[in-house]
Amino acid sequence: MSMTHQITAGFMPLFDSAVLVAAGEMGFAAREGVDLTLHRETSWANIRDRIAIGHFDVAHMLGPMPLACSLGLTPLASQTIVPFSLGLGGNCVTVSNAVWDGMAAHGAAPDLDPAPAGTALGALIRERAAAGREPLRFAVVHPHSGHNYELRYWLAACGIDPERQIEIVIVPPPFMADALAAGRIDGYCVGEPWNSAAVAAGTGHIATVKALLWRNSPEKVIGARKTWAEENPEALAALLRALHHSARWCQDSANRDELAALMAEARFLGQPAKIQMPVLTGYLQLGGGAARTVEDFFVPFDKAANFPWKSHALWFYTQMVRWGQLAHTPENLAIARDCYRPDLYRAALKPLGVALPGANAKVEGALKAATPVGSAGASLVLGPDGFFDGQIFDPDRIEDYVAGQKPGGSLAQ
Amino acid sequence: MVRTSLAVLVIDENRIRASIIEAGLREAGHERVTVIHDVTGIARRIAEIEPDVIVIDLENPNRDMLENMFQLSRAVKRPIAMFVDRSDRASIEAAVDAGVSAYVVDGLRQERVKPILDMAVSRFNAFSRMARELEEARSELENRKVIDRAKGILMKSRGLSEEAAYTLLRKTAMNQNRKISDIAQSLVTAAGLLGPSEDE
Repeated sequence: MSMTHQITAGFMPLFDSAVLVAAGEMGFAAREGVDLTLHRETSWANIRDRIAIGHFDVAHMLGPMPLACSLGLTPLASQTIVPFSLGLGGNCVTVSNAVWDGMAAHGAAPDLDPAPAGTALGALIRERAAAGREPLRFAVVHPHSGHNYELRYWLAACGIDPERQIEIVIVPPPFMADALAAGRIDGYCVGEPWNSAAVAAGTGHIATVKALLWRNSPEKVIGARKTWAEENPEALAALLRALHHSARWCQDSANRDELAALMAEARFLGQPAKIQMPVLTGYLQLGGGAARTVEDFFVPFDKAANFPWKSHALWFYTQMVRWGQLAHTPENLAIARDCYRPDLYRAALKPLGVALPGANAKVEGALKAATPVGSAGASLVLGPDGFFDGQIFDPDRIEDYVAGQKPGGSLAQ
Repeated sequence: MVRTSLAVLVIDENRIRASIIEAGLREAGHERVTVIHDVTGIARRIAEIEPDVIVIDLENPNRDMLENMFQLSRAVKRPIAMFVDRSDRASIEAAVDAGVSAYVVDGLRQERVKPILDMAVSRFNAFSRMARELEEARSELENRKVIDRAKGILMKSRGLSEEAAYTLLRKTAMNQNRKISDIAQSLVTAAGLLGPSEDE
């Protein structure tokens, strides 16, 4: 390839940076004429700042983060767009052994089923409150994260008020297991390998997983500075093609060992390859000798995993409103609607002749089973996308959804 | 000189760098400077100190936690953005380039804050330079040690003078287009493999 695009990308040490990392390390970027430089970062704030001032062109980001940036919810934020999703699922809710014992005493079974686990947790929380004990403290990685929203969604749907009945704090992902072991937190929601790490250390128990709370749901994305994307459309398209090939490679079970070994390197995760396997196989050790295989635990490529659905962005938007981070206004809704860019994804991948969704949004929770859908080019299968409580999110009926959400957050008081 | 001095909180796990910044701020007339190395229990400390300006290194993984804490803070003095005036792009870039970030209490005028931030940026840069020079000096010392050992091996095994041994190393390095220290290291490694007596 004659032309070379220099692209600098930031990432956090989490397994779901794999598609971006493999694009650089396994030659997919080079094959598309992209000279991809990867920088590991220590905080999401750093990623946001370095995107804003131009150190990075693109970055591995939390799905709601580009929305928060574009909506001006954080300092030093810049207009950030999402042309590519880095996969579906991948998170777990892990609790301390003491909390798990308490949940088990109230009927929780080690089967990851969100509804009974949430009911048992609720009973434990009420029991503790009645005994005058401190509320349980849960950690998430960032206020504008899928982790924060899915943890709150789960708790609220199980009758627990996440604003009043527990405390939610922010802890960096690599510190989660240590904070749990030290008793500074009682549970957390984070991506792998930081759940399996606590189980392996014998200090935590996986209570439920994102893949069961909302099946095939969005997690990390590629965030791109809008001005960079507009000024460098060819570089962006080449990068998206490289990411597409990388994602396909990451999904292929034949490459698991190689991918696990790559991510285990000190410059990426710096955790043993063995601990990368649960996220790849979906076979999770839950703690106390229990184990479970989770279907579609983490999906880096299949089921249109890389398509930046506007309905995903809009669901994150409704949760920002629900928990008082943002006022629901036509202006804010318009910004949220324009943040994820399926048009750029489609334009970049069209020359490859691969299956592409024809719609920009879908009704989340409508698909009960894997479903072939009409699409441009080859056939495409979408995964089931149900919420565990049976709710449906129709992006064309946002007003109803926002109005129907259970109260929570300062705006709703 | 400072009119009513601002309370400055420096959060840096690197004690040496933190004390360099603290010294700089004190020299500039800032008396109310607090340094924290460990963020455990930081919410209480911030409530006690009520800082006007918080300076934090970018390597610190707790920035997300701190920003969330600031956002939820009900205190009167609530730290917000990095800069009061977001249009000062050059300052923002200089800070991120230097590896430092700052949070400033809402409402403070930029001309009061900017000297503090400029000071932090210049001290961060000075520290990086110092660390780099130290690293260079250290690797230089290591190189000299390995070259001395290689010379010793050549002198012993081939009966060369010290000068001749060094000339041979240099000539080999030039012929192979490598550094003398690399050649010396190869020789020391090979000698170690071939005979333990060389190590004595």
